[in-house]
Amino acid sequence: MSVAARWRIGIVVAFVALLELVTRMAWINPVSFIPPSAMAASAWNLLVSGQYTTDILQTLGTALLAVLLAAVFGFIGGVMLFRLPRLRRVLDPLLLSYYAVPVFVLYPILIVLFGLNRWPLVGIGFIFAVVAMAVNTLNGLERVPRVMLRTARVCRMSTFEEIRLITLPASLPYVFTGIKLTVVYAFIAVVAGEFVLSGSGFGYQIAFAYNAFDNPTMYGLMLLMLVFVGTLNGLLRAAETRLYRRIRREAV
Amino acid sequence: MSTIVVSHTSRPRHARRWLDGVVLVIVLVALWQVLSELLGPTVVTTPWRTLLRAVRIVSDEDFPESLRVTSIAFGTAFLISAVGGVAAGLLLGARRLAGEVAEPLMMGFYSIPKVTLYPVVLLACGLGLWAKIVFGVIHGIIPIALFTMNAVRNMPPIYTRAAHTYRLGPAEFARHILLPACLPEVVAGLRIGFSLTLLGTLIGEMFASQSGIGRLLMIAMNRNETSTIMALALMLFVFATVVNLLFLGWQKRLAHDS
Repeated sequence: MSVAARWRIGIVVAFVALLELVTRMAWINPVSFIPPSAMAASAWNLLVSGQYTTDILQTLGTALLAVLLAAVFGFIGGVMLFRLPRLRRVLDPLLLSYYAVPVFVLYPILIVLFGLNRWPLVGIGFIFAVVAMAVNTLNGLERVPRVMLRTARVCRMSTFEEIRLITLPASLPYVFTGIKLTVVYAFIAVVAGEFVLSGSGFGYQIAFAYNAFDNPTMYGLMLLMLVFVGTLNGLLRAAETRLYRRIRREAV
Repeated sequence: MSTIVVSHTSRPRHARRWLDGVVLVIVLVALWQVLSELLGPTVVTTPWRTLLRAVRIVSDEDFPESLRVTSIAFGTAFLISAVGGVAAGLLLGARRLAGEVAEPLMMGFYSIPKVTLYPVVLLACGLGLWAKIVFGVIHGIIPIALFTMNAVRNMPPIYTRAAHTYRLGPAEFARHILLPACLPEVVAGLRIGFSLTLLGTLIGEMFASQSGIGRLLMIAMNRNETSTIMALALMLFVFATVVNLLFLGWQKRLAHDS
Protein backbone atom coordinates (compact mmCIF):
# COMPACT_ATOMS: atom_id res chain seq x y z
CA MET A 1 0.00 0.00 0.00
CA SER A 2 1.34 3.40 -0.94
CA VAL A 3 2.11 6.18 1.50
CA ALA A 4 -0.70 8.29 0.07
CA ALA A 5 -3.27 5.52 0.56
CA ARG A 6 -2.18 5.07 4.17
CA TRP A 7 -2.47 8.81 4.80
CA ARG A 8 -5.88 8.82 3.20
CA ILE A 9 -7.19 6.04 5.42
CA GLY A 10 -5.66 7.76 8.42
CA ILE A 11 -7.40 11.02 7.60
CA VAL A 12 -10.79 9.37 7.12
CA VAL A 13 -10.45 7.39 10.36
CA ALA A 14 -9.33 10.49 12.26
CA PHE A 15 -12.23 12.47 10.86
CA VAL A 16 -14.77 9.83 11.86
CA ALA A 17 -13.20 9.53 15.32
CA LEU A 18 -13.32 13.30 15.74
CA LEU A 19 -17.01 13.35 14.78
CA GLU A 20 -17.66 10.55 17.24
CA LEU A 21 -15.89 12.40 20.03
CA VAL A 22 -17.54 15.72 19.27
CA THR A 23 -21.04 14.24 19.20
CA ARG A 24 -20.53 11.95 22.20
CA MET A 25 -19.30 14.84 24.29
CA ALA A 26 -22.28 16.85 23.00
CA TRP A 27 -20.05 19.73 21.81
CA ILE A 28 -22.32 20.02 18.83
CA ASN A 29 -26.02 19.34 19.14
CA PRO A 30 -26.40 15.53 19.33
CA VAL A 31 -30.02 15.71 18.16
CA SER A 32 -29.17 17.29 14.82
CA PHE A 33 -25.93 15.38 14.30
CA ILE A 34 -25.79 11.83 15.64
CA PRO A 35 -22.49 9.97 16.32
CA PRO A 36 -21.02 7.97 13.40
CA SER A 37 -21.30 4.73 15.36
CA ALA A 38 -25.03 5.32 15.78
CA MET A 39 -25.26 6.07 12.05
CA ALA A 40 -23.54 2.80 11.22
CA ALA A 41 -25.82 0.88 13.60
CA SER A 42 -28.86 2.52 12.06
CA ALA A 43 -27.64 1.80 8.53
CA TRP A 44 -27.07 -1.86 9.44
CA ASN A 45 -30.55 -2.14 10.98
CA LEU A 46 -32.14 -0.57 7.91
CA LEU A 47 -30.33 -3.00 5.67
CA VAL A 48 -31.19 -6.05 7.78
CA SER A 49 -34.82 -5.11 8.39
CA GLY A 50 -35.47 -5.05 4.65
CA GLN A 51 -37.83 -2.12 5.09
CA TYR A 52 -36.12 -0.10 2.35
CA THR A 53 -35.11 -2.92 0.04
CA THR A 54 -37.78 -2.09 -2.52
CA ASP A 55 -36.79 1.57 -2.57
CA ILE A 56 -33.13 0.75 -2.96
CA LEU A 57 -33.83 -1.69 -5.77
CA GLN A 58 -36.13 0.82 -7.45
CA THR A 59 -33.46 3.50 -7.40
CA LEU A 60 -30.83 1.08 -8.69
CA GLY A 61 -33.15 -0.11 -11.46
CA THR A 62 -33.98 3.44 -12.52
CA ALA A 63 -30.33 4.48 -12.52
CA LEU A 64 -29.37 1.33 -14.44
CA LEU A 65 -31.97 2.00 -17.14
CA ALA A 66 -30.78 5.61 -17.42
CA VAL A 67 -27.15 4.42 -17.66
CA LEU A 68 -27.98 1.89 -20.38
CA LEU A 69 -29.93 4.41 -22.45
CA ALA A 70 -27.32 7.12 -21.99
CA ALA A 71 -24.42 4.79 -22.81
CA VAL A 72 -26.05 3.47 -26.00
CA PHE A 73 -27.33 6.80 -27.27
CA GLY A 74 -24.21 8.65 -26.12
CA PHE A 75 -22.03 6.20 -28.02
CA ILE A 76 -24.13 6.50 -31.16
CA GLY A 77 -24.09 10.28 -30.77
CA GLY A 78 -20.31 10.28 -30.36
CA VAL A 79 -19.84 8.18 -33.50
CA MET A 80 -22.17 10.46 -35.46
CA LEU A 81 -20.34 13.57 -34.29
CA PHE A 82 -17.08 11.95 -35.38
CA ARG A 83 -18.44 11.01 -38.79
CA LEU A 84 -20.20 14.29 -39.53
CA PRO A 85 -17.80 17.20 -38.91
CA ARG A 86 -20.42 19.69 -40.09
CA LEU A 87 -22.85 18.52 -37.39
CA ARG A 88 -20.07 18.66 -34.89
CA ARG A 89 -19.16 22.22 -35.74
CA VAL A 90 -22.75 23.32 -35.25
CA LEU A 91 -23.17 21.41 -31.98
CA ASP A 92 -19.78 22.35 -30.54
CA PRO A 93 -20.98 25.35 -28.49
CA LEU A 94 -23.81 23.23 -27.11
CA LEU A 95 -21.42 20.45 -26.06
CA LEU A 96 -19.02 22.94 -24.47
CA SER A 97 -21.69 24.70 -22.43
CA TYR A 98 -23.91 21.71 -21.71
CA TYR A 99 -22.62 21.11 -18.20
CA ALA A 100 -22.43 24.83 -17.54
CA VAL A 101 -26.21 24.99 -17.57
CA PRO A 102 -28.25 23.74 -14.62
CA VAL A 103 -29.98 21.01 -16.63
CA PHE A 104 -31.65 19.89 -13.47
CA VAL A 105 -34.32 22.61 -13.78
CA LEU A 106 -35.76 20.49 -16.61
CA TYR A 107 -36.88 17.90 -14.07
CA PRO A 108 -40.21 19.61 -13.28
CA ILE A 109 -40.96 19.78 -17.00
CA LEU A 110 -40.26 16.07 -17.31
CA ILE A 111 -42.70 15.42 -14.46
CA VAL A 112 -45.38 17.33 -16.34
CA LEU A 113 -44.46 15.37 -19.45
CA PHE A 114 -44.42 11.84 -18.03
CA GLY A 115 -46.45 12.15 -14.84
CA LEU A 116 -45.20 11.45 -11.33
CA ASN A 117 -43.66 7.99 -11.84
CA ARG A 118 -40.23 6.55 -12.57
CA TRP A 119 -39.95 7.84 -16.14
CA PRO A 120 -39.05 11.47 -15.36
CA LEU A 121 -36.22 10.09 -13.21
CA VAL A 122 -34.96 7.93 -16.04
CA GLY A 123 -35.28 10.97 -18.28
CA ILE A 124 -33.30 13.33 -16.06
CA GLY A 125 -30.64 10.66 -15.50
CA PHE A 126 -30.40 10.18 -19.25
CA ILE A 127 -30.26 13.90 -20.04
CA PHE A 128 -27.61 14.45 -17.38
CA ALA A 129 -25.39 11.57 -18.50
CA VAL A 130 -25.72 11.28 -22.25
CA VAL A 131 -23.54 14.24 -23.24
CA ALA A 132 -20.63 13.06 -21.06
CA MET A 133 -20.79 9.73 -22.89
CA ALA A 134 -20.95 11.36 -26.33
CA VAL A 135 -18.06 13.73 -25.63
CA ASN A 136 -15.84 10.97 -24.25
CA THR A 137 -16.67 8.67 -27.17
CA LEU A 138 -15.76 11.46 -29.57
CA ASN A 139 -12.55 12.04 -27.65
CA GLY A 140 -11.69 8.34 -27.88
CA LEU A 141 -12.51 8.07 -31.58
CA GLU A 142 -10.25 11.00 -32.34
CA ARG A 143 -7.37 9.12 -30.79
CA VAL A 144 -7.80 5.99 -32.89
CA PRO A 145 -4.66 5.83 -35.04
CA ARG A 146 -5.37 6.71 -38.66
CA VAL A 147 -3.53 3.63 -39.89
CA MET A 148 -6.06 1.35 -38.21
CA LEU A 149 -8.97 3.08 -39.94
CA ARG A 150 -7.12 2.74 -43.24
CA THR A 151 -6.60 -0.96 -42.55
CA ALA A 152 -10.32 -1.27 -41.99
CA ARG A 153 -10.93 0.28 -45.38
CA VAL A 154 -8.37 -2.00 -47.01
CA CYS A 155 -10.19 -4.99 -45.53
CA ARG A 156 -13.45 -3.57 -46.86
CA MET A 157 -15.20 -3.72 -43.51
CA SER A 158 -18.74 -2.49 -43.21
CA THR A 159 -19.43 0.42 -40.87
CA PHE A 160 -20.72 -1.90 -38.19
CA GLU A 161 -17.75 -4.26 -38.45
CA GLU A 162 -15.37 -1.35 -38.36
CA ILE A 163 -16.89 -0.09 -35.12
CA ARG A 164 -16.94 -3.54 -33.55
CA LEU A 165 -13.47 -4.70 -34.60
CA ILE A 166 -11.40 -1.52 -34.87
CA THR A 167 -12.89 1.62 -33.39
CA LEU A 168 -14.36 0.26 -30.18
CA PRO A 169 -11.33 -1.76 -29.02
CA ALA A 170 -8.95 1.07 -29.92
CA SER A 171 -10.91 3.73 -28.07
CA LEU A 172 -12.02 1.53 -25.18
CA PRO A 173 -10.39 3.38 -22.26
CA TYR A 174 -11.93 6.69 -23.30
CA VAL A 175 -15.29 5.07 -23.88
CA PHE A 176 -14.95 3.51 -20.45
CA THR A 177 -14.28 6.93 -18.91
CA GLY A 178 -17.54 7.96 -20.57
CA ILE A 179 -19.35 5.01 -19.03
CA LYS A 180 -17.89 5.81 -15.62
CA LEU A 181 -19.12 9.39 -15.82
CA THR A 182 -22.46 8.13 -17.11
CA VAL A 183 -22.89 5.93 -14.03
CA VAL A 184 -21.90 8.74 -11.67
CA TYR A 185 -24.06 11.39 -13.34
CA ALA A 186 -27.10 9.15 -13.78
CA PHE A 187 -26.97 8.16 -10.11
CA ILE A 188 -26.62 11.78 -8.99
CA ALA A 189 -29.53 12.89 -11.16
CA VAL A 190 -31.83 10.02 -10.19
CA VAL A 191 -31.28 10.38 -6.44
CA ALA A 192 -31.53 14.17 -6.64
CA GLY A 193 -34.76 13.89 -8.59
CA GLU A 194 -36.19 11.50 -6.05
CA PHE A 195 -35.18 13.83 -3.28
CA VAL A 196 -36.83 16.85 -4.87
CA LEU A 197 -40.12 15.33 -5.98
CA SER A 198 -41.16 11.70 -6.31
CA GLY A 199 -43.20 9.04 -4.57
CA SER A 200 -40.61 6.39 -3.80
CA GLY A 201 -36.94 5.50 -3.97
CA PHE A 202 -33.79 6.12 -2.00
CA GLY A 203 -33.70 9.90 -2.29
CA TYR A 204 -37.40 10.09 -1.46
CA GLN A 205 -36.89 8.06 1.73
CA ILE A 206 -34.08 10.37 2.86
CA ALA A 207 -36.30 13.39 2.26
CA PHE A 208 -39.19 11.64 4.02
CA ALA A 209 -37.10 10.77 7.09
CA TYR A 210 -35.81 14.34 7.16
CA ASN A 211 -39.29 15.81 7.04
CA ALA A 212 -40.39 13.44 9.81
CA PHE A 213 -37.42 14.51 12.02
CA ASP A 214 -36.35 10.86 12.00
CA ASN A 215 -32.64 11.65 12.14
CA PRO A 216 -31.28 8.12 12.85
CA THR A 217 -33.05 6.78 9.74
CA MET A 218 -31.97 9.77 7.68
CA TYR A 219 -28.31 9.44 8.63
CA GLY A 220 -28.46 5.67 8.24
CA LEU A 221 -29.78 6.02 4.69
CA MET A 222 -27.21 8.69 3.88
CA LEU A 223 -24.41 6.48 5.14
CA LEU A 224 -25.67 3.56 3.03
CA MET A 225 -25.71 5.82 0.00
CA LEU A 226 -22.22 7.18 0.69
CA VAL A 227 -20.79 3.69 1.12
CA PHE A 228 -22.51 2.42 -2.00
CA VAL A 229 -21.47 5.32 -4.24
CA GLY A 230 -17.97 5.30 -2.76
CA THR A 231 -17.53 1.59 -3.49
CA LEU A 232 -18.95 1.90 -7.00
CA ASN A 233 -16.71 4.85 -7.74
CA GLY A 234 -13.64 3.05 -6.39
CA LEU A 235 -14.29 -0.04 -8.52
CA LEU A 236 -14.85 2.02 -11.67
CA ARG A 237 -11.69 4.01 -11.02
CA ALA A 238 -9.63 0.87 -10.51
CA ALA A 239 -10.92 -0.65 -13.76
CA GLU A 240 -10.25 2.61 -15.58
CA THR A 241 -6.65 2.85 -14.35
CA ARG A 242 -6.02 -0.72 -15.51
CA LEU A 243 -7.40 -0.02 -18.98
CA TYR A 244 -5.25 3.08 -19.42
CA ARG A 245 -2.18 1.26 -18.15
CA ARG A 246 -2.70 -1.44 -20.76
CA ILE A 247 -2.90 1.13 -23.53
CA ARG A 248 0.27 2.83 -22.36
CA ARG A 249 2.09 -0.49 -22.22
CA GLU A 250 1.06 -1.27 -25.79
CA ALA A 251 2.18 2.13 -26.96
CA VAL A 252 5.68 1.66 -25.52
CA MET B 1 0.53 28.87 -51.36
CA SER B 2 -1.04 27.39 -48.31
CA THR B 3 -0.44 30.58 -46.32
CA ILE B 4 -2.37 32.55 -48.91
CA VAL B 5 -5.25 30.13 -48.69
CA VAL B 6 -5.29 30.32 -44.91
CA SER B 7 -5.25 34.10 -44.80
CA HIS B 8 -7.95 34.16 -47.42
CA THR B 9 -10.36 31.93 -45.50
CA SER B 10 -9.79 33.47 -42.08
CA ARG B 11 -12.55 36.08 -42.36
CA PRO B 12 -15.28 33.88 -43.80
CA ARG B 13 -14.47 31.26 -41.17
CA HIS B 14 -15.22 33.74 -38.43
CA ALA B 15 -18.48 34.61 -40.14
CA ARG B 16 -19.28 30.93 -40.53
CA ARG B 17 -18.89 30.35 -36.81
CA TRP B 18 -21.51 33.01 -36.19
CA LEU B 19 -23.71 31.35 -38.76
CA ASP B 20 -23.26 28.00 -37.01
CA GLY B 21 -24.42 29.55 -33.75
CA VAL B 22 -27.47 31.03 -35.44
CA VAL B 23 -28.26 27.68 -37.09
CA LEU B 24 -27.99 25.93 -33.73
CA VAL B 25 -30.35 28.36 -32.02
CA ILE B 26 -32.87 28.17 -34.87
CA VAL B 27 -32.81 24.37 -34.87
CA LEU B 28 -33.27 24.23 -31.09
CA VAL B 29 -36.20 26.65 -31.19
CA ALA B 30 -37.77 24.73 -34.09
CA LEU B 31 -37.41 21.44 -32.18
CA TRP B 32 -39.00 23.06 -29.16
CA GLN B 33 -41.90 24.33 -31.29
CA VAL B 34 -42.45 20.88 -32.84
CA LEU B 35 -42.33 19.26 -29.40
CA SER B 36 -44.96 21.64 -28.03
CA GLU B 37 -47.17 21.07 -31.09
CA LEU B 38 -46.91 17.32 -30.59
CA LEU B 39 -47.49 17.23 -26.85
CA GLY B 40 -49.88 20.14 -26.53
CA PRO B 41 -49.22 23.62 -25.13
CA THR B 42 -50.23 22.63 -21.58
CA VAL B 43 -47.33 20.16 -21.36
CA VAL B 44 -44.66 22.06 -23.27
CA THR B 45 -45.28 25.77 -23.69
CA THR B 46 -44.43 27.18 -27.10
CA PRO B 47 -41.25 29.27 -27.35
CA TRP B 48 -43.16 32.49 -28.00
CA ARG B 49 -45.52 31.98 -25.04
CA THR B 50 -42.55 31.14 -22.82
CA LEU B 51 -40.88 34.36 -23.85
CA LEU B 52 -44.03 36.35 -23.07
CA ARG B 53 -44.29 34.60 -19.72
CA ALA B 54 -40.62 35.38 -18.98
CA VAL B 55 -41.28 39.06 -19.70
CA ARG B 56 -44.30 38.95 -17.36
CA ILE B 57 -42.23 37.37 -14.58
CA VAL B 58 -39.46 39.92 -14.97
CA SER B 59 -41.88 42.85 -14.88
CA ASP B 60 -43.59 41.45 -11.76
CA GLU B 61 -43.01 43.70 -8.75
CA ASP B 62 -41.71 40.87 -6.55
CA PHE B 63 -39.12 39.80 -9.07
CA PRO B 64 -36.32 42.30 -8.29
CA GLU B 65 -36.40 41.18 -4.65
CA SER B 66 -36.14 37.49 -5.63
CA LEU B 67 -33.32 38.27 -8.00
CA ARG B 68 -31.50 40.27 -5.35
CA VAL B 69 -31.77 37.49 -2.75
CA THR B 70 -30.55 34.84 -5.18
CA SER B 71 -27.76 37.06 -6.49
CA ILE B 72 -26.42 37.72 -3.00
CA ALA B 73 -26.45 34.03 -2.09
CA PHE B 74 -24.98 32.93 -5.40
CA GLY B 75 -22.39 35.70 -5.54
CA THR B 76 -21.10 34.92 -2.07
CA ALA B 77 -21.08 31.18 -2.76
CA PHE B 78 -19.17 31.60 -6.02
CA LEU B 79 -16.67 33.97 -4.44
CA ILE B 80 -15.98 31.48 -1.64
CA SER B 81 -15.79 28.57 -4.10
CA ALA B 82 -13.43 30.43 -6.41
CA VAL B 83 -11.04 31.74 -3.76
CA GLY B 84 -11.15 28.58 -1.63
CA GLY B 85 -10.97 26.23 -4.60
CA VAL B 86 -8.02 27.99 -6.24
CA ALA B 87 -6.13 28.27 -2.93
CA ALA B 88 -6.73 24.60 -2.11
CA GLY B 89 -5.82 23.56 -5.66
CA LEU B 90 -2.54 25.51 -5.61
CA LEU B 91 -1.60 24.06 -2.25
CA LEU B 92 -2.49 20.48 -3.17
CA GLY B 93 -0.78 20.78 -6.54
CA ALA B 94 2.44 22.12 -5.07
CA ARG B 95 2.62 19.51 -2.30
CA ARG B 96 2.73 16.23 -4.20
CA LEU B 97 1.86 13.90 -1.32
CA ALA B 98 -1.02 16.07 -0.10
CA GLY B 99 -2.42 16.09 -3.63
CA GLU B 100 -2.20 12.31 -3.96
CA VAL B 101 -3.91 11.90 -0.60
CA ALA B 102 -6.68 14.35 -1.36
CA GLU B 103 -7.50 13.64 -5.01
CA PRO B 104 -9.47 10.37 -4.59
CA LEU B 105 -11.25 11.83 -1.58
CA MET B 106 -12.32 14.84 -3.61
CA MET B 107 -13.33 12.69 -6.58
CA GLY B 108 -15.40 10.57 -4.23
CA PHE B 109 -17.10 13.61 -2.79
CA TYR B 110 -17.69 14.97 -6.27
CA SER B 111 -19.48 11.79 -7.34
CA ILE B 112 -22.01 11.53 -4.51
CA PRO B 113 -25.50 12.97 -4.95
CA LYS B 114 -24.95 16.01 -2.74
CA VAL B 115 -28.62 16.97 -2.78
CA THR B 116 -29.26 14.30 -0.19
CA LEU B 117 -26.78 15.98 2.16
CA TYR B 118 -29.01 19.03 2.21
CA PRO B 119 -30.66 18.12 5.55
CA VAL B 120 -27.23 18.05 7.23
CA VAL B 121 -26.38 21.49 5.86
CA LEU B 122 -29.72 22.79 6.99
CA LEU B 123 -29.35 21.34 10.47
CA ALA B 124 -25.84 22.80 10.75
CA CYS B 125 -26.55 26.27 9.35
CA GLY B 126 -30.22 26.78 10.11
CA LEU B 127 -32.81 28.12 7.71
CA GLY B 128 -31.56 31.09 5.79
CA LEU B 129 -28.86 32.64 3.69
CA TRP B 130 -25.92 30.57 4.96
CA ALA B 131 -27.51 27.22 4.21
CA LYS B 132 -27.87 28.27 0.57
CA ILE B 133 -24.31 29.60 0.41
CA VAL B 134 -22.79 26.51 2.02
CA PHE B 135 -24.78 24.30 -0.32
CA GLY B 136 -23.58 26.25 -3.34
CA VAL B 137 -19.98 26.06 -2.12
CA ILE B 138 -19.98 22.28 -1.58
CA HIS B 139 -21.17 21.88 -5.16
CA GLY B 140 -18.75 24.30 -6.77
CA ILE B 141 -15.49 24.18 -4.82
CA ILE B 142 -14.38 20.63 -5.76
CA PRO B 143 -14.12 21.01 -9.56
CA ILE B 144 -12.29 24.32 -9.19
CA ALA B 145 -9.80 22.73 -6.79
CA LEU B 146 -9.33 19.67 -9.04
CA PHE B 147 -8.71 21.73 -12.18
CA THR B 148 -6.25 24.02 -10.38
CA MET B 149 -4.42 21.08 -8.85
CA ASN B 150 -3.95 19.38 -12.20
CA ALA B 151 -2.74 22.64 -13.73
CA VAL B 152 -0.06 23.04 -11.04
CA ARG B 153 1.04 19.43 -11.48
CA ASN B 154 1.46 19.87 -15.22
CA MET B 155 3.43 23.10 -14.87
CA PRO B 156 6.93 22.94 -16.40
CA PRO B 157 9.36 22.22 -13.53
CA ILE B 158 11.72 24.91 -14.77
CA TYR B 159 9.36 27.57 -13.39
CA THR B 160 9.80 26.14 -9.91
CA ARG B 161 13.55 26.15 -10.32
CA ALA B 162 13.49 29.75 -11.50
CA ALA B 163 11.46 30.67 -8.43
CA HIS B 164 14.07 28.94 -6.27
CA THR B 165 16.81 30.92 -7.94
CA TYR B 166 15.01 34.17 -7.18
CA ARG B 167 14.40 32.97 -3.61
CA LEU B 168 10.70 33.73 -3.74
CA GLY B 169 8.64 33.12 -0.60
CA PRO B 170 5.61 30.82 -0.77
CA ALA B 171 3.13 33.70 -1.16
CA GLU B 172 5.22 35.41 -3.86
CA PHE B 173 5.70 32.06 -5.58
CA ALA B 174 1.94 31.52 -5.69
CA ARG B 175 1.24 35.04 -6.86
CA HIS B 176 3.97 35.54 -9.50
CA ILE B 177 4.60 32.00 -10.78
CA LEU B 178 1.83 29.52 -9.98
CA LEU B 179 -1.24 31.61 -10.66
CA PRO B 180 -0.14 33.11 -14.01
CA ALA B 181 1.16 29.75 -15.23
CA CYS B 182 -2.05 27.95 -14.37
CA LEU B 183 -4.55 30.64 -15.31
CA PRO B 184 -6.09 28.98 -18.40
CA GLU B 185 -6.82 25.80 -16.46
CA VAL B 186 -8.06 27.78 -13.48
CA VAL B 187 -10.50 29.60 -15.76
CA ALA B 188 -11.71 26.25 -17.10
CA GLY B 189 -12.30 25.12 -13.52
CA LEU B 190 -14.13 28.35 -12.70
CA ARG B 191 -16.33 27.81 -15.75
CA ILE B 192 -17.48 24.40 -14.50
CA GLY B 193 -17.60 25.55 -10.88
CA PHE B 194 -19.81 28.48 -11.84
CA SER B 195 -22.66 26.31 -13.09
CA LEU B 196 -22.41 23.86 -10.22
CA THR B 197 -22.46 26.66 -7.66
CA LEU B 198 -25.51 28.10 -9.41
CA LEU B 199 -27.21 24.71 -9.32
CA GLY B 200 -26.36 24.21 -5.65
CA THR B 201 -27.66 27.63 -4.67
CA LEU B 202 -30.87 27.11 -6.63
CA ILE B 203 -31.51 23.68 -5.12
CA GLY B 204 -30.85 25.17 -1.70
CA GLU B 205 -33.46 27.82 -2.39
CA MET B 206 -35.96 25.28 -3.66
CA PHE B 207 -36.10 23.55 -0.29
CA ALA B 208 -35.66 26.11 2.36
CA SER B 209 -36.12 29.72 1.58
CA GLN B 210 -38.72 32.44 1.76
CA SER B 211 -37.66 34.17 -1.44
CA GLY B 212 -35.45 33.82 -4.47
CA ILE B 213 -35.51 32.28 -7.91
CA GLY B 214 -35.39 28.73 -6.56
CA ARG B 215 -38.46 29.45 -4.46
CA LEU B 216 -40.33 30.76 -7.52
CA LEU B 217 -39.40 27.52 -9.27
CA MET B 218 -40.65 25.42 -6.36
CA ILE B 219 -43.97 27.32 -6.18
CA ALA B 220 -44.47 26.84 -9.91
CA MET B 221 -43.67 23.13 -9.51
CA ASN B 222 -46.25 22.72 -6.76
CA ARG B 223 -48.89 24.61 -8.75
CA ASN B 224 -48.00 22.65 -11.88
CA GLU B 225 -47.51 25.87 -13.87
CA THR B 226 -45.53 24.66 -16.85
CA SER B 227 -45.23 28.06 -18.47
CA THR B 228 -43.59 29.58 -15.38
CA ILE B 229 -41.20 26.64 -14.96
CA MET B 230 -40.17 26.86 -18.58
CA ALA B 231 -39.80 30.62 -18.51
CA LEU B 232 -37.55 30.42 -15.42
CA ALA B 233 -35.58 27.53 -16.92
CA LEU B 234 -35.13 29.52 -20.12
CA MET B 235 -33.84 32.54 -18.21
CA LEU B 236 -31.41 30.40 -16.23
CA PHE B 237 -30.22 28.64 -19.39
CA VAL B 238 -29.60 31.90 -21.19
CA PHE B 239 -27.80 33.40 -18.19
CA ALA B 240 -25.62 30.32 -17.67
CA THR B 241 -24.83 30.02 -21.37
CA VAL B 242 -23.84 33.68 -21.71
CA VAL B 243 -21.55 33.50 -18.68
CA ASN B 244 -20.13 30.24 -19.99
CA LEU B 245 -19.38 31.80 -23.37
CA LEU B 246 -17.65 34.71 -21.62
CA PHE B 247 -15.50 32.27 -19.63
CA LEU B 248 -14.75 30.35 -22.83
CA GLY B 249 -13.72 33.55 -24.58
CA TRP B 250 -11.42 34.43 -21.69
CA GLN B 251 -9.95 30.92 -21.76
CA LYS B 252 -9.30 31.17 -25.51
CA ARG B 253 -7.64 34.53 -25.17
CA LEU B 254 -5.36 33.23 -22.42
CA ALA B 255 -4.45 30.16 -24.46
CA HIS B 256 -3.76 32.46 -27.42
CA ASP B 257 -1.49 34.71 -25.37
CA SER B 258 0.70 31.91 -24.11
